Amino acid sequence: MSKLVFIAAVFISQICVAQKARIVKLPELQRVISQATHDVHIINFWATWCAPCVKELPFFENLTRERKNDIKVTLVSLDLDLDPNPEKVYKFIARKNLQSEVLLLDEQDPNSWIDRIDPQWNGALPATIILNGRTGKRIFIGRSLEEGELEQYISQIQ
Amino acid sequence: MLAFAGLVGLAAHTATPGYQIGQRVADFRLKNFDGKIVSLSDYKTAKGVILIFDCNTCPYSKAYNDRIISLHKSYASRGFPVVTINPNDGQQSPGDSFEKMVAKAKSKNYNFPYLLDETQQVATAFGATNTPHVFVLRREGDDFVVAYIGAIDNNSRNAEDADKKYVEDAVNALLSGKPVTVEKTKAVGCGIKWKDA
Repeated sequence: MSKLVFIAAVFISQICVAQKARIVKLPELQRVISQATHDVHIINFWATWCAPCVKELPFFENLTRERKNDIKVTLVSLDLDLDPNPEKVYKFIARKNLQSEVLLLDEQDPNSWIDRIDPQWNGALPATIILNGRTGKRIFIGRSLEEGELEQYISQIQ
Repeated sequence: MLAFAGLVGLAAHTATPGYQIGQRVADFRLKNFDGKIVSLSDYKTAKGVILIFDCNTCPYSKAYNDRIISLHKSYASRGFPVVTINPNDGQQSPGDSFEKMVAKAKSKNYNFPYLLDETQQVATAFGATNTPHVFVLRREGDDFVVAYIGAIDNNSRNAEDADKKYVEDAVNALLSGKPVTVEKTKAVGCGIKWKDA
């Protein structure tokens, strides 16, 4: 009986891990962005090969760990734009024990959708959108963030 | 006041709009991987220039490297040579240092310039933001005017799967005296590594 419980627990934990990273197309990404479940929603565009992106991930992870109730963080990986195999991303997530929601965007022809994410975005990584879930007000930051900047922008948007 | 200054200080590089379509560009003089100085005005007998801000380290630059070499092969003899410029700060990105540029250009037998934008003034003037970032220039008398800004094509992963070849279309249009239909595009890429102020 305890063996069954153990197997069930492992199975469930695997599902929980798998739900952290999913491959999405643009409409699903747009749906996630427009869904206002929290006061503040932060969407960060990154890739495993992007050094400045990886360097700032801890700032977002901190928010997921400490302000889960009022702030939602979504990390959108653009890794698939260059490599169709998502394994590298999954391994990275496991290695870094990322707690935030991770979406892997599976879309080619970026000129057709970059402006639909944000017209201010020139396509460079990293980029971050900070959204007020209630008012819809947004701040777009088309560069990497420094220590403490995220908190300042969050105060600004609330 | 001090706190505000602190926040402003964090954003070391202020993105300037750069050259727009139809705008005349200023001449530049930059050091090539062979040690010689190359100017835009050296190309006054060409029909134009395919100017590409590019680097060693960016995975997008690597994915597009053969296509960049191909563009020069296709268009140099028809009046549109490729000129590449590395705008990255070698301190922040050691893989993009001048020595590394020389090694890369030699290993791929570059027969077009790979220039170092040491002060990053040229990248700033153009408003380049990513690598690779293309500015197709057409010559009007002694001047070069911007005809196209943006991506090389619409598929970073695979040249064969690209069904919109923006730079080729722009240059082909210029060569046949037709208007460039798609003048500006965007692509995902590596941000330029700007020096700290």
